[in-house]
Amino acid sequence: MIEWFAWVQIVVALISAVVCIVQFARKTGPNDITLGLTILIGIGLIVQIIIAAIAPAFGNTATGDPLEFWMYLISAALLPFAAAFWALVDRGRWSNLVLSVVALSVAVMVYRMLFIWTIQVA
Amino acid sequence: MALKPETVTGLGRVLVVVYAILALAATARSVYQIIAKFDEAPLAYSLSALAGVVYIVATAALVSKGEAARRVAKAAISFELVGVLGVGTLSLVVPSLFAHNSVWSYFGMGYLFIPLLLPILGLLWLSLDSRGRAGVSE
Repeated sequence: MIEWFAWVQIVVALISAVVCIVQFARKTGPNDITLGLTILIGIGLIVQIIIAAIAPAFGNTATGDPLEFWMYLISAALLPFAAAFWALVDRGRWSNLVLSVVALSVAVMVYRMLFIWTIQVA
Repeated sequence: MALKPETVTGLGRVLVVVYAILALAATARSVYQIIAKFDEAPLAYSLSALAGVVYIVATAALVSKGEAARRVAKAAISFELVGVLGVGTLSLVVPSLFAHNSVWSYFGMGYLFIPLLLPILGLLWLSLDSRGRAGVSE
């Protein structure tokens, strides 16, 4: 895991959570901004999967249990795409709240992953 | 409470999503705990798995329509409330058996107390929805 990249992901997810909740409060449905940020989170997690897969080959290994780390990563990576799909089906304002909840969950999960990779001892 | 039918429907959707995420989190975590360290705390980790299954049932029941689904949802959500209060208390009183990370330990502290709030919100929503049901077309 590349630490700064994880922090960028957390910040992007938190920004997305705020933007989505603001759009929800303004009674608008999912739009290019909220869906775009959600997909950006998803792409970030795919990049994270690639990083996590090759990092150990460069001596960057997890201090915690890799199995636990991967379960978080795969679960997290599914969320934004499922949420974006949801938001495409249901175009109401409540979908923006759904996107916000998912973004917040991803932020927490990436933080957990960072903790497992850098601090937790298996 | 006089909420618009759209609001009740929308709240229900958000509730379903939060339930789905918690179901995923609790189930994935318990699968990991059972694979990696079941013998450390068999009781706590079995309860962890049970919690995960109940969240899945609750999610599915909230999505489904009909009176039977509502009853299942109510039962599953009530069970969660009992679970989070029971295991939460036991994790403080008998830490040797229950003070292991699970969705219900310490009243769901590891999940920002969402497991404690969610069943209350879920039961509230079910009662709101049954009153507004006649006016909701979907």
